[in-house]
Amino acid sequence: MHYLYLLQGAVSLGLLWAVMTIGVYITYRILDIADLSVEGTLATGAALCARLITEGCNPYLATVAALLAGCLGGLVTGIFHTKLKIPAILSGILTMIACYSVNIRIMWNKANVSLLKLDTVYTLFERLGLSARNAVILLAILFIIAICFVLYWFFGTELGSAIRATGNNHSMARAQGINTNRMLMLGLVISNGLVGLSGALIAQNQSFADAGMGTGSIVIGLASVIIGEVLFGTKSFRRTLLSLTLGAVLYRIIIAFVLELGMPASDLKLFTAITVALALTLPMLRARLPRKSTVSPDPKGGGPDA
Amino acid sequence: MLKINGIHKTFNPGTAIENVVLRDVTLALRPGDYVTVIGGNGAGKSTLLNSVAGAFFVDAGSIVIDGTDVTKLPEHKRALFLGRVFQDPMTGTATNMSIAENLALAYRRGQPRTLRWGITHKERDMYRVLLKTLELGLENRLSAKVGLLSGGQRQALTLLMATLKEPKVLLLDEHTAALDPKTAATVLKISDKLIGENSLTTMMVTHNMKDAIAYGNRLIMMSAGRIVLDISGEDKKKLTVEDLIAKFNVASGEDFADDQSLLS
Repeated sequence: MHYLYLLQGAVSLGLLWAVMTIGVYITYRILDIADLSVEGTLATGAALCARLITEGCNPYLATVAALLAGCLGGLVTGIFHTKLKIPAILSGILTMIACYSVNIRIMWNKANVSLLKLDTVYTLFERLGLSARNAVILLAILFIIAICFVLYWFFGTELGSAIRATGNNHSMARAQGINTNRMLMLGLVISNGLVGLSGALIAQNQSFADAGMGTGSIVIGLASVIIGEVLFGTKSFRRTLLSLTLGAVLYRIIIAFVLELGMPASDLKLFTAITVALALTLPMLRARLPRKSTVSPDPKGGGPDA
Repeated sequence: MLKINGIHKTFNPGTAIENVVLRDVTLALRPGDYVTVIGGNGAGKSTLLNSVAGAFFVDAGSIVIDGTDVTKLPEHKRALFLGRVFQDPMTGTATNMSIAENLALAYRRGQPRTLRWGITHKERDMYRVLLKTLELGLENRLSAKVGLLSGGQRQALTLLMATLKEPKVLLLDEHTAALDPKTAATVLKISDKLIGENSLTTMMVTHNMKDAIAYGNRLIMMSAGRIVLDISGEDKKKLTVEDLIAKFNVASGEDFADDQSLLS
């Protein structure tokens, strides 16, 4: 029973972080940028949502506001990068640092805000008779389905294709008349919007928002992306979206498991960093190992997605 | 169709590595002109093409395409007028996207990107027909990622993309230089066919003098940022590689022997 409870917790948390993971995927894989602004915008989403709920705002509206705040953060990074020509990594770091101060301002100059005993997006589902954890799982799944549906459609449109082309090859995109700066900005806005939304959902789940809750989130996001891609595949975009969600959930299950084995919680970030470093070396290790696999890659099919 | 009026370009002005690459270059192309551009390394051939394409802004002078002054237009806005094929086969295509998706991106060149579906069924049929004309078997691989294609196949695809929406000017920047001789010949043949069928105004930079003579109706030679030779019509038809080397040596006052290895 204890393990089931742990598992349930890990799954619900993983699903909430999956929203963030999909955002990280958009910058890291589609735009080919490691965007660190997410460390700031995750907490911005949480802080704004907590503040608005505390002030009596409808939790759903507060969650949407968090998404928009995330978008704004992405826009700032986009302006740093495309208009002011600051390298992408540094642009993200600037936004991240700036967000920290902004987030504290949002929370009445405090480092955290409690949401205990206040209505959240989950309360409505609890009233329908679901347990607190099941309410989170159900709502998170609904959010993820909606997000995947919208993204699947969007990245198939002319605009979405132009963003993918930009991330893939700037020269080619410009030669086809695509405004690559605008596409980079749009991608960063969408990505950070999802991260802000994720922050709001996480804050409502844990009943507080904290100025430091974004710290290390980029690494968690990357870990989830890589675990998802490696273990569940990237055969098509549809499959990739599913893999990202499963990757985020599996990451939380792994964390719950190692904590259960007695690892101090303060070692988590070290553990995550090592996991990501190992996962990133995996393609290199694979190439060096003698090929044993009986299944050769299909020469005609899509091949491994980059 | 294309008017280049006295353009200048200096890279890294005011620094130790200052490099004057274009000096007062003036060139006018009539509709349907097919100009081959030759010259030694650093003569300014690629810079000339890139200044037309808008990879950077020129320091002085103007560039007019089909009556529109594009001197101050950024690269992505000039794309409306231009079809481009690059030296590196990696540059012209999006490798993570399929053949059909690449063509669809090119089919919308110069148009605002909307929320309409990125590629329609009708288009796919059209692309299949067009790919068939390349005779490379690509018509059966519409959904294959471009990253799986060979350099020659990619350049052929890029050519098709560059001419899919008829450009005012087609810019070919040593687009066969990275290919083996046999593939290069095939890609040149495809280029010539597409240019001929659509009477495209074309500038083709090449290192190969034979190709420069064999293709096109006009030939210009560049040296140290200037056009030093401009031959067209009957005069160009009579041209031989030996003539060209002699003319190069006279025009530039240098010995061309170093570059003779490139004539094969």
